[in-house]
Amino acid sequence: MRGVRPAAVIALLLLLPAAGPAADRPVVRVGSKSFTESYVLAEIVAQVVEQTGEARVERKLGLGGTGIVHAALASGEIDVYPEYTGTIARAILKEPAVTTVAAMRARLRERALVVTEPLGFQNTYALAVARSTAARLGLRTISDLRGHRRLTAAFDPGFLDRDDGWPGLRRHYGLELAGVRIMEHALAYRALAGGAVDVIDVFSTDGQLAREAVALLADDRGFFPDYAAVLLARRPFAERLPRTWAALEQRLVGRLDTATMTRLNAEADLDRRPFAAVAASFLGGGAPAGGRRSPARELPALTLEHLALVGVSLLAAVVVGVPLGVLAARRRLLGQVELMGVGVLQTIPALALLAFMIPLFGIGRVPALIALTLYALLPIVRNTYAGLVSLDPQLVDMAAVLGLDGWKRLAWIELPLASVTILAGIKTSAVLTVGTATLAAFIGGGGYGTLIITGLALNDGATILAGAIPAALMALAIHALFEAVDRLAVPRGLRTTATATR
Amino acid sequence: MIVVSGVTKRFGGRPALDGVSLTVEAGTTHVLLGGSGSGKSTLLRLVLGLAQPDAGEVVVDGVRVTPGSRAEIQRRIGYVVQEGALYPHLTAAENVALPARARGWQAERTEARVTALARLVELERSWLDRHPAQLSGGQRQRVGLMRALALDPPVLLLDEPLGALDPITRAELQTQLVRIFRELGKTVVLVTHDVREAFVFGRTITLLEGGRVVQQGTFADLARRPATPLVTEFLRAQAPPPEMTAYL
Repeated sequence: MRGVRPAAVIALLLLLPAAGPAADRPVVRVGSKSFTESYVLAEIVAQVVEQTGEARVERKLGLGGTGIVHAALASGEIDVYPEYTGTIARAILKEPAVTTVAAMRARLRERALVVTEPLGFQNTYALAVARSTAARLGLRTISDLRGHRRLTAAFDPGFLDRDDGWPGLRRHYGLELAGVRIMEHALAYRALAGGAVDVIDVFSTDGQLAREAVALLADDRGFFPDYAAVLLARRPFAERLPRTWAALEQRLVGRLDTATMTRLNAEADLDRRPFAAVAASFLGGGAPAGGRRSPARELPALTLEHLALVGVSLLAAVVVGVPLGVLAARRRLLGQVELMGVGVLQTIPALALLAFMIPLFGIGRVPALIALTLYALLPIVRNTYAGLVSLDPQLVDMAAVLGLDGWKRLAWIELPLASVTILAGIKTSAVLTVGTATLAAFIGGGGYGTLIITGLALNDGATILAGAIPAALMALAIHALFEAVDRLAVPRGLRTTATATR
Repeated sequence: MIVVSGVTKRFGGRPALDGVSLTVEAGTTHVLLGGSGSGKSTLLRLVLGLAQPDAGEVVVDGVRVTPGSRAEIQRRIGYVVQEGALYPHLTAAENVALPARARGWQAERTEARVTALARLVELERSWLDRHPAQLSGGQRQRVGLMRALALDPPVLLLDEPLGALDPITRAELQTQLVRIFRELGKTVVLVTHDVREAFVFGRTITLLEGGRVVQQGTFADLARRPATPLVTEFLRAQAPPPEMTAYL
């Protein structure tokens, strides 16, 4: 890759985060996890903040799971997001014994966090049966299942594994069922409706519960822990914007019962209404953007975002990786250490690498670019190294004899001779990065991943494909582009019959 | 003048060169003759400063070859190897111009030099705009020689320069090289395993075997007064059988 200007890349990297609206008013950054209910609640929070008028809102929605979204809160990248008491006790405080909101509040205080009173509904695991089955067998509680050993069940993999799922539940109630199958959550509803299975696990606010002939079985012996919805926020936010915080508590605490939340989830999940419209209808305002969601409208913007993620991180990886490969080839011992280091980076799952970025660089484009750059390094460093160390030693010696010193030898002889191998590494990185960049959305980095995680949250195949197909097309396009670059950047003498001179 | 005194070079304990001494007078051609593994190419690398001797020393035109003097030594030496070691990504002309370009010559001066060298090796200037892969073996070897002569160094080292060529091209180039060496008055060391090449080129010959000098002298010395039976054996081994000579 000749003609790449490192300064331009660095400038781009520095400019990107600054490219936002002017900060005239205080900002409230609202986060969410990447599932429907979390999106809907966050959108409700965002609209209440906007209506209060004390601050403007930045939405950082769909930030992966608890680990990522809570890290974003702890590091001040977001100010508030919807959470559940059970998750706060288990995953955040790591004290399952803490069950009351008051006790949680005291402990969160030490971390400069505040929590509202419960919003009203619980989102716990629950067991469900078809309404007809419930009527026929007289099932109202989980205990009632004990007399019916011939019933079959389909459970989500997560529910089957967790001790607060099926294994614990079975012990707690002494349940025996004829057959237990593994089935993904959304499919289980269809299996139940079709009569293929009798019992499934659900979340107590699943949108389907509002639409389908399904009966929940009461947890009469209190097995499932409390997962009451609350808002978790940074204390400085609550104190700096007291009017906003008060409005959130006043309009949301105790206002969202299970039936309401189930209905809102159904509107988003099953009717495919935009989260903003669902939130607006709950808050009683006019729907700002009614109708169905349309991923197609977002595609041009997302394509640009995705291209920027791939382009900038790839350029940065080339600017960093090629010199690292050269260094590795020059100093073999250092090189081995370096290649191992870059190799280890690659073994970190991409999502975990993104999560590691949050405490250091927050959320958004910058950490996503840094993680993607690190991820793109290996093929570039490796191929640069491999290309340089496998050069014909006679050609390298000859360069010294001809009076080419270190830099000239590198620039005139070694890099051009290794260019085929180096370009192959860059091409591999580019295609990989197109795929990896879809994960950037989990930490608010934008791109096609935004559609993919929204689609995953909504269990909406069309939306997932609306992100996945363009990403695949982009990978193909970049591959084709590199084939063309090969023709331009690889020196002519190397392209024709490179082996003829050997 | 090149003076090699008591040079020993080991690779992993095994000596590639063992107490080798020889002197090449300025303006003469000296042939290092020997089979594979005799140490003749290693000796050239020591003269070039590409490797350091474990014992002994090499002096080129009064300058001892050390890591410190290597750059200066290499300025005085043109180096030609088998098949030319041309850079495949550069045209022949760019290959030839490389030493001049490394030293910051003006474009016109470089071009004039390339043209003059092309005339010297009897290669049409238009061929030089091709890449090495598009040239014949003999043309590549001529280009390699042009590159070695680019800065007009007083010393030329050639490592099996004709080794990879067909017999007719080889004979042509032999004649041409002899002429060029004489015309330019270079101090030449030529490495070969070919007895006939040694006969054609060498005013003096050093026969190497297993890293040691077996005999030094003119071809007549080696043929008439062999130091050991090995010398005769080596010279005879490559001679055509008498039955064949009778046909020619």
